[in-house]
Amino acid sequence: MIHSLFLVNASGDIFLEKHWKSVVSRSVCDYFFEALERATEPENVPPVIPTPHHYLINVLRHRIYFVAVIQSEVPPLFVIEFLHRVVDTFQDYFGVCTEAAIKDNVVVVYELLEEMLDNGFPLATESNILKELIKPPTILRTVVNTITGSTNVGEQLPTGQLSVVPWRRTGVKYTNNEAYFDVVEEIDAIIDKSGSTITAEIQGVIDACVKLTGMPDLTLSFMNPRLLDDVSFHPCVRFKRWEAERILSFIPPDGNFRLLSYHVSSQNLVAIPVYVKHNISFREGSSQGRFELTLGPKQTMGKAVESVLVSSQLPRGVLNANLNASQGTYTFDPVTKLLSWDVGKINPQKLPSLKGTMSLQAGASKPDENPTINIQFKIQQLAISGLKVNRLDMYGEKYKPFKGIKYMTKAGKFQVRT
Amino acid sequence: MEWASQLCENRGLGSKMTDSKYFTTTKKGEIFELKAELNSDKKEKKKEAVKKVIASMTVGKDVSALFPDVVNCMQTDNLELKKLVYLYLMNYAKSQPDMAIMAVNTFVKDCEDPNPLIRALAVRTMGCIRVDKITEYLCEPLRKCLKDEDPYVRKTAAVCVAKLHDINAQLVEDQGFLDTLKDLISDSNPMVVANAVAALSEIAESHPNSNLLDLNPQTINKLLTALNECTEWGQIFILDCLANYTPRDDRESQSICERVTPRLSHANSAVVLSAVKVLMKFMEMLPKDLDYYGTLLKKLAPPLVTLLSAEPELQYVALRNINLIVQKRPEILKHEMKVFFVKYNDPIYVKLEKLDIMIRLASQANIAQVLAELKEYATEVDVDFVRKAVRAIGRCAIKVEQSAERCVSTLLDLIQTKVNYVVQEAIVVIKDIFRKYPNKYESVIATLCENLDSLDEPEARAAMIWIVGEYAERIDNADELLESFLEGFHDESTQVQLQLLTAIVKLFLKKPTETQELVQQVLSLATQDSDNPDLRDRGYIYWRLLSTDPVAAKEVVLAEKPLISEETDLIEPTLLEELICHIGTLASVYHKPPSAFVEGSRGVQHKRLPARTGSGEGAESPDVGQSGPSEAPPAVIPSQGDLLGDLLNLDLAPPTATVPSVQPSMQMGAMDLLGGGLDSLLGGDIGGSPSMGAGLGAAPAAMPAALGGAPAVGGGLGDLFDLGGGVGMPTGSYVAPKTVWLPAMKAKGLEISGTFARRGGIIQMDMSLNNKAMSVMTDFAIQFNRNSFGLAPAGPLQVLTPLSPNQTIDVSLPLSVNGPVMKMEPLNNLQVAVKNNIDVFYFSCQYPLSLLFVEDGKMERQVFLATWKDIPNDNEAQFQIKDIHLNSDAASNKLQGSNIFTIAKRTVEGQDMLYQSVKLTNGIWILAEMRIQTGNPNYTLSIKCRAPEVAQFVYQCYELVLKN
Repeated sequence: MIHSLFLVNASGDIFLEKHWKSVVSRSVCDYFFEALERATEPENVPPVIPTPHHYLINVLRHRIYFVAVIQSEVPPLFVIEFLHRVVDTFQDYFGVCTEAAIKDNVVVVYELLEEMLDNGFPLATESNILKELIKPPTILRTVVNTITGSTNVGEQLPTGQLSVVPWRRTGVKYTNNEAYFDVVEEIDAIIDKSGSTITAEIQGVIDACVKLTGMPDLTLSFMNPRLLDDVSFHPCVRFKRWEAERILSFIPPDGNFRLLSYHVSSQNLVAIPVYVKHNISFREGSSQGRFELTLGPKQTMGKAVESVLVSSQLPRGVLNANLNASQGTYTFDPVTKLLSWDVGKINPQKLPSLKGTMSLQAGASKPDENPTINIQFKIQQLAISGLKVNRLDMYGEKYKPFKGIKYMTKAGKFQVRT
Repeated sequence: MEWASQLCENRGLGSKMTDSKYFTTTKKGEIFELKAELNSDKKEKKKEAVKKVIASMTVGKDVSALFPDVVNCMQTDNLELKKLVYLYLMNYAKSQPDMAIMAVNTFVKDCEDPNPLIRALAVRTMGCIRVDKITEYLCEPLRKCLKDEDPYVRKTAAVCVAKLHDINAQLVEDQGFLDTLKDLISDSNPMVVANAVAALSEIAESHPNSNLLDLNPQTINKLLTALNECTEWGQIFILDCLANYTPRDDRESQSICERVTPRLSHANSAVVLSAVKVLMKFMEMLPKDLDYYGTLLKKLAPPLVTLLSAEPELQYVALRNINLIVQKRPEILKHEMKVFFVKYNDPIYVKLEKLDIMIRLASQANIAQVLAELKEYATEVDVDFVRKAVRAIGRCAIKVEQSAERCVSTLLDLIQTKVNYVVQEAIVVIKDIFRKYPNKYESVIATLCENLDSLDEPEARAAMIWIVGEYAERIDNADELLESFLEGFHDESTQVQLQLLTAIVKLFLKKPTETQELVQQVLSLATQDSDNPDLRDRGYIYWRLLSTDPVAAKEVVLAEKPLISEETDLIEPTLLEELICHIGTLASVYHKPPSAFVEGSRGVQHKRLPARTGSGEGAESPDVGQSGPSEAPPAVIPSQGDLLGDLLNLDLAPPTATVPSVQPSMQMGAMDLLGGGLDSLLGGDIGGSPSMGAGLGAAPAAMPAALGGAPAVGGGLGDLFDLGGGVGMPTGSYVAPKTVWLPAMKAKGLEISGTFARRGGIIQMDMSLNNKAMSVMTDFAIQFNRNSFGLAPAGPLQVLTPLSPNQTIDVSLPLSVNGPVMKMEPLNNLQVAVKNNIDVFYFSCQYPLSLLFVEDGKMERQVFLATWKDIPNDNEAQFQIKDIHLNSDAASNKLQGSNIFTIAKRTVEGQDMLYQSVKLTNGIWILAEMRIQTGNPNYTLSIKCRAPEVAQFVYQCYELVLKN
C-alpha cells in the first residue's frame, strides 16, 4: 500500500513529507528529480518511476508534484486516484491547493493525511466525513478556537461512516432547502486543416449542490437518456434502477458532489460550435510569414459563444508577431513562442479576426512544423449533446425544495490543425 | 527553515492566522524554547507547542529530542492534542524505544474508552509504533477491538493485524489473529469485510504459498455482496481478491461477471480497471457462442474509452493496460480507433502509448485514417514522437498489405521534407518494407540513394547499406556507394560494419568481375584490422565460403529470406496471459511478470534486483517488447578447433536481415558442383588474379590450421545444410484429419498439427511440425501431463534432423497407457509440452476415446447379460445418432473396425437391436444397446457403464466411426 508521500514544488524542493508506515528517506526522491531533469516539459515526467526498492507514482497538480512511494504491488490507478483525492481535499479545505496554502495549514494537512490513510489503506476520503472529523479552517473558527480553547478536531465518530449511505451524515438541517444541478459538457475535438472533424467527443458531468434537510430520496429523469450509454456514477446512484428504467435514483450526499460523468463517443455525431478559418504560411527564403485567423459560430442552437480564448504554439523560428485583432487583445511571448488571443464573445454579425505578419530569423529556413490552434470557449444554457433533464422528484421528506438545472458547454481539448 | 521564516516575514501580521507561524522560531535555542512551551501549564500553549513540533517534522526536521516532553502531553482529554501527540509518536517512537514505553499505559487505557473514535485511534496508533516492547502490549487490546461492537473499531483493527504482521509475523500467527481476520470476511458490515480482505491480501503477499484467502463459492458470495456496499477503495481490494479465484464452471463464471459489470460504471478509475481485470479473466471460461459473451465484450469498450478522458497519469496507466487488452482481444476496441488519436498537448508518455495502440488496431478498414494521422504526427515538434510516428507508418505497411503502397508513398513524401531524423527513420522502415514485399517497391531506391550523405545514425546507415547490397544489381553505382562507406570503416559502429561486410559480399556475388578488389578490401578490414570477434568471424566465414565454394556462397548469402512477421513486438502469449491476470497492477504497466520485480515481502531486500533499476537509467521506463541486444559480442574468442561451429552459431543467432537462412532444398550435392556454375566464371579470378590469390594466401596466417583443409569446411557446411528429409507418415485405417494444436503465433513460429490413431493395437500420435520462424529448430522433445487414462510417450520424439524455416516434418509418436493417471476435464483432454532449442511450449488436445478400445473387447453373451443387469439404471445414458444411412450389419462391421464388438442382435417389430461391448485399456467395460429402425436414419444408443462419465465420449466415438 501507499508508504509515504512527498510534495515537491516547481523548483524541485520537497516541502512536505508524510509517512504512513516506517519512514522512507527523502533521498528516494532523487530518482524523481532525475526524471524531472530529463523531462522536457514539467508535465512530461513519467507517472510511474521505478527505483531499486520502491516505486514512485506522481501526479502534477497546481504546479505541485505529489509523489507517492510504494514498496509492494499496488494498483497504480489506486494510488493516482488517491492522490487526486488528496488534491481535491486540500482544495476543498483551503480554497486553493498551492504550496503557500499547504504551508499555512501544515498541521491541518498533516491531520488530514493521517485521517485519509491508515497504514497505507484509505480510511476516510469522503469530504463529508473528513469535515466532521477535522473542521476546515476559517478565520472565524480560528478566532473562536483561540478564545474558547476548543479544537478543530471532531470528537465524535462521523455518523455517515458506517451506515449504508456512508456519503451522507444524519441530522442535516436547512432552513432553505435547495437542490441545484449543473450539466457541464466539454468538447474534445481535433479539426483538420480543411475544417473537417477528425474526432470529436463529449465529456459531460452533472455536478450537484444539494442542501436538503433529513434523508431525501431523489429521482432525476432525462428527456433523452439514450444518450447516456457510457456513464460513471457517484456511489449513491442505484445502478439497478438505472439499468432497468434509465432513471437516476439516489440519496444525495450533503453539499457539493459529482452525481455522474458521462462520455459521448466519437462514434456519435458531435456538433462543433465554432469554426476557424486560418492561413498561417511561411515562404521559403522570406523572413516573413503570414498569419490570418477568423472565428465564427456554427451549430450553437442560437446561443452565444463566450469567453473565447485562442492560443497557439508558433514555430521556434518565429521571432515576433505583428498582428491586428478586430476585437479582444493578443499577446505573443517571444521566449515560449506562445501566441494567445483573448477574444471574448463572438458576434455573429462581425466575426472576430486576427491578421498580420510573423517575423522569422533572417536567413533561417522555413519551419517544418505546422502550429496547432487551441480554442477555449463557453456556451451558457446549452448542453451540446442535446441532453435534457426531464424532472426531479423528491421522496422521503415532506417539504418542497427549490430546484434548478443549469446547462453549460465548454471546450475541452479543442484543437485545430493548420 | 530559512524559507519558512522568509515566508512569514513576507506575510507580516497575516501570519498570525495561519500555521506558518509555527515555523517562526528563532534558530538559536529553538528546541529549548519548545521544551519550555511543552511543559507549560496552559493547555493552549501546550497545544500550540505540539503544533510547532509537528510543523517542523513535516519538513523533515529532526525534533526527536523533544520526545519525553511531547509524550507528557499525551494524557489529555483534548482530542486534537491527543491526535497530534500520536502523530509525533508514530514518527519517532522507533528512535526512542525506551521512552515510547511510557506511552503504553495511555494507549491501553484509550482502547477501553467509551468513545469508539478514541478506541479506534488508540489501536491504530499502537499498530504504527514499530517497537517490540509496545507490540507485546498490543495483543490484548487488539483482540478486543477485533470483536468490538462498533464496526468502525473492527475495521480499524483489521488493518492493525496487517501492521502487526509486518512487525512480527510469528506473533500474529501464534496469537491466532489470522483466524479472527478470516472470520471478519463474514462480518455483517461491508467496510469491515473490505478491510479484512485488504489486510489478508497484504499478509498473503509476504506468504506466497499460504492459503490465507481460501476462496470458495461461499466466501465469493460474501465478497460479491460486500462489493455493492463498501467504499470505492474497498471495492478495489475485493475485486483484486476476486480476480484470484477460479470459478468451477462457466455458469459460476458468468454469474460473477454479471455481478461485477456494474462496477464498470464507477467514477473511480481504479475500480473500473480492477473490474475489467476480473471480467477479462473470467471471460476466458465463457463459451464464445454464448450471447452473454458478446454482451460482455460490448460492455467493456465504453469504460476503457472513458479512462482516456481522465488526467494524463491515469491515461498512461490505462493505455498500458489497453495495450495488453488489445493484444488479447482486439475485437473489444476495434471500432474505437479515434480515441487514440494524439492531441498535440498530450504529454509525451501518453503520445507514445497511443501511437502503439493505433498500430495494433490498424486494419484495412481504418488504415486511411490512421495513415493521415501518422503523417500529421510526423510533422510535430517532438523528435522522439516524430520518429515513432515514422516507424509506425512502416509497421502499418507491413501489417496491412493493402496499404503498403500508400505507406511507401507517404514515407517518400516525408523523405522529401529533408528533415534529417525523419529521413533516417523512413529509410530504416523502408528496409523492412522491402523485406516484407520483395521486388515491389524498388523504384524508390533512387530517391533513397539521394539521401545517403545525410545519414549519420548507425541504424539508418546499416539499413541503407543493406538496401544497396540487396539490390546491387539494380543500382548502377552500388560499388561506388559501398566503397564510400568503406573509407571510414573503423569509425562505424559494429552494426554498420557487419552490414557493410555482408552487402559487399552480396555485391561481389552479383557482379564478380568489377568488385574483387572491394571484397578483398572489406574482408581484410574485417578479419585482420578489426578486434570485434563478431565481425572477424563473419569475415572468415565469408572468406572461406568464397574461396572454397562460390556456388555454396551464393546459395548461402543470396538465399531467399524468410518473411518477416507482421507484428514484431507482440508480447509472448504466455506472458500476455499472465499479464492479463494482473491488469491494473505495476506488472501491467511494465509489461513484465510480477515475479520479475515485486518484492517478496516488505522488509526483505529484493531477491532479484531488476537490471533496469540501476541509478543511471532508474527513472526511464524500460522499453518493453524489444528483445535483448542482438549483437552482443561474445567475450571469449572461440578456441581454434570449433571455430567454424561457433561461427555458424553466431551467424544463426541474431535474426538480422543479413543472416543467410538455408533452404531445405540445399543438399550435400551442392558440393559436387564445385567445378561448375560460378566457378567457371570466377575460374580466372580465383586462380589467376594474383591479388586475390595473395589475399587468400595471406589469410590462413590468422586462420586455424584445422580449418585450412577443404574437408573440414565441407563437413561444417554439411552440418549446416543437412536439413532436408522428413519422416514418412505411416499409413493406417481411417484417422481424423490433422488439426492445428499449437498455432505458430503461440510458439515462436513452431506450428504443430496432429491427430491420433490406433494401428494394430498400438496407439500413435501423428504430428506435423512446421517451422514458421526464421531460425532453425532442433532438440525436440515431448512430454505429457498426467491424464485420465495414463497416456504417455512410449519413446522419444524422433525428430533427428533440425527443422529449418518453412519446413514441415511428420512424426509418429507411439504412446503407452502406463503413464501416471489424473482425471482431466474433459476426460479425454491431453496436455502436452513440446520443447525445442528455443523454448518450451504447451498445448492441449483431445483424443477420441476409441483410441483406448482394446482388441479383446468382446464380452461373453452371458456375462454381458449379467453385467447389464448388474449396472444400476442410473448409469444408463441415451443418445441419438442422427443421419446414418447404414443397415445394422454395415454399422456393426464398421464399428468392429474400431473395436466395438457386436455380441448379439435381435429384431423386434422391424427394429434391429444390437448389443455391443467395448473394453478400455484400463479394463473398464462399456455395454451398449443400439436400436436401428429400418428406414429411419436416426439410431438410438443406450450406454451402460460403471463409470458413467465415459458414456458421452463413447457416444462421440460411435458418431465419428459411423459417419466416416
